[in-house]
Amino acid sequence: MAQATLATYSVEVNEEGYMLQPDQWNKEIAEAIASELGIKLTNKHYEVINYLREQYAAGNALTIRKVGQSGITDIKGLYVLFPKGPLKYSSKIAGIPKPASCV
Amino acid sequence: MKKLIILGGGTAGTMMANKLDKLLDKKIWSITIIDKDTIHYYQPGFLFLPFGIYEKKDVIKPRAKYIPDDVELILSDVDRVVAEENQIFLADGRTLDYDYLIIATGTEIRPDQTPGMLGEEWRKSIFDFYTFEGAVALTEQIKDWNGGKLVVAITEIPFKCPVAPLEFIFLADAFFSEKGIRDKVELTLVTPMSGAFTKPIATKKLSQLLGEKQINVITDFYIEHIDNENKKLVSYDEQEVSFDLLAIVPMNMGNEVIARSGLGDDLNYVPTDKHTLQSKAYPNIFVIGDATDIPTSKAGSVAHFAGEILTENLLSAIEGRPLTASFDGHANCFIETGFGKGTLIDFNYTTEPLPGTFPYPIIGPFSLLKPTRLNHIGKLLFRWMYWNILLKGRELPIDSHMSMAGKKEMTV
Ligand SMILES: Cc1cc2nc3c(=O)[nH]c(=O)nc-3n(C[C@H](O)[C@H](O)[C@H](O)COP(=O)(O)OP(=O)(O)OC[C@H]3O[C@@H](n4cnc5c(N)ncnc54)[C@H](O)[C@@H]3O)c2cc1C
Repeated sequence: MAQATLATYSVEVNEEGYMLQPDQWNKEIAEAIASELGIKLTNKHYEVINYLREQYAAGNALTIRKVGQSGITDIKGLYVLFPKGPLKYSSKIAGIPKPASCV
Repeated sequence: MKKLIILGGGTAGTMMANKLDKLLDKKIWSITIIDKDTIHYYQPGFLFLPFGIYEKKDVIKPRAKYIPDDVELILSDVDRVVAEENQIFLADGRTLDYDYLIIATGTEIRPDQTPGMLGEEWRKSIFDFYTFEGAVALTEQIKDWNGGKLVVAITEIPFKCPVAPLEFIFLADAFFSEKGIRDKVELTLVTPMSGAFTKPIATKKLSQLLGEKQINVITDFYIEHIDNENKKLVSYDEQEVSFDLLAIVPMNMGNEVIARSGLGDDLNYVPTDKHTLQSKAYPNIFVIGDATDIPTSKAGSVAHFAGEILTENLLSAIEGRPLTASFDGHANCFIETGFGKGTLIDFNYTTEPLPGTFPYPIIGPFSLLKPTRLNHIGKLLFRWMYWNILLKGRELPIDSHMSMAGKKEMTV
């Protein structure tokens, strides 16, 4: 566990930079993580991010397939929004822990 | 009379029938088990068929042979469960009532879910090894194959026995080496995950092994469709991997009976309390094996460890006591690495696979996350244990809860 400064906030992150306390998250932090990943956030990005945060808060496991069925965008669309990491990068920006792909 | 029904007579269902047959008072209880198929397959053996290590007869037995005499076996497809009414409708029109239900319908491959998988090349150059038919067809193909690109690919997570694709590719490496054509075979593992396995320390060790054996690994590859004409896997972000021979793990889903009964999630897995193994929706339904949505491996060993917990909790529920037994997600998997060696992982919900010895410190005799001859023997012994101990609901000399004894704590 480590502390990182994102935007101007000090937050708890894991070794890979995923936030460990989703309630420390805000939009400025999201923008900071996104720009590190080379992603410019649009409303569509935020729809996905909000969906991820809601699902995480409800204790639901997340998969690319599930987000692809959310009605916000399909899987191809997710790849366009978050190239190379449709779930990994979106989760990182959403300030939730890295989705544990099931064992 | 009170009625207990077990839906699914595979690994977990058969094991529960044998356990409960001994524990429930037959003057009060009747036990019925339902399965659609007369054959019980030893699924871990499917991996050994294509490489000539096992023959067909090693992996098939009559299902009835493993069901105790006092348990009624019904061979029929189940159409649906109406949980509100405690009723089961069989495909042949019969209706059964139950007081308690154990769901053990497992998981199955769904090649129909990926465009192009069931195309022209299915069972010509595209094979699964998760069904008996698939493994047998692949055996024929691999026998006379004289080299090219062999791709082993995973379509979607979760899938049962998450180490099976690795074992397949390790065994292929050994098989083609022994045949003297390894230099003509390019081996590639394609996975939607970010590494060879799901947990960091095991991934690191297994990646080293893959590297040593000159097996390529392509990660974060999420298959969108298969191009049959050009023999290519195509991902959602339009990457391509071409193959001459493809051994694929198609998408895994729970049986459709779960969907028809309104009991499942979007992959037809039944929402289950990960500690008590009780259905989240109905207190008189328990769920075990691959049919659950609990966050651990879908493996026979998991069903075995969960079996003891489920037995205890089911008996408590029947007697109106609180469910105190708690499953920790314990999984234990031998991984064949080829050339007469194997490695071993032992883990649970909270502890990832660690190196060390198993089950005892220092003396082992098995080694965790390290290829040894003894681990390979352990894997081969597993088949004997499967038919004679696991299915019969007997105890193994291993605790259902994972133990830290012999494990070395470490970080990546
Ligand atoms: C290639 C391969 C290698 C493996 N290697 C290992 C290993 O090394 N170690 C290990 O521990 N595990 C291994 N496994 C996994 C192991 O085989 C499974 O996890 C285990 O069999 C799960 O048991 P189950 O009872 O939940 O499901 P299953 O054994 O699959 O049984 C489900 C049963 O339900 C029946 N059924 C389903 N739907 C219906 C319906 N509608 N009506 C009637 N009947 C129905 C089916 O016919 C089936 O018999 C491997 C699996 C594969 C495919």
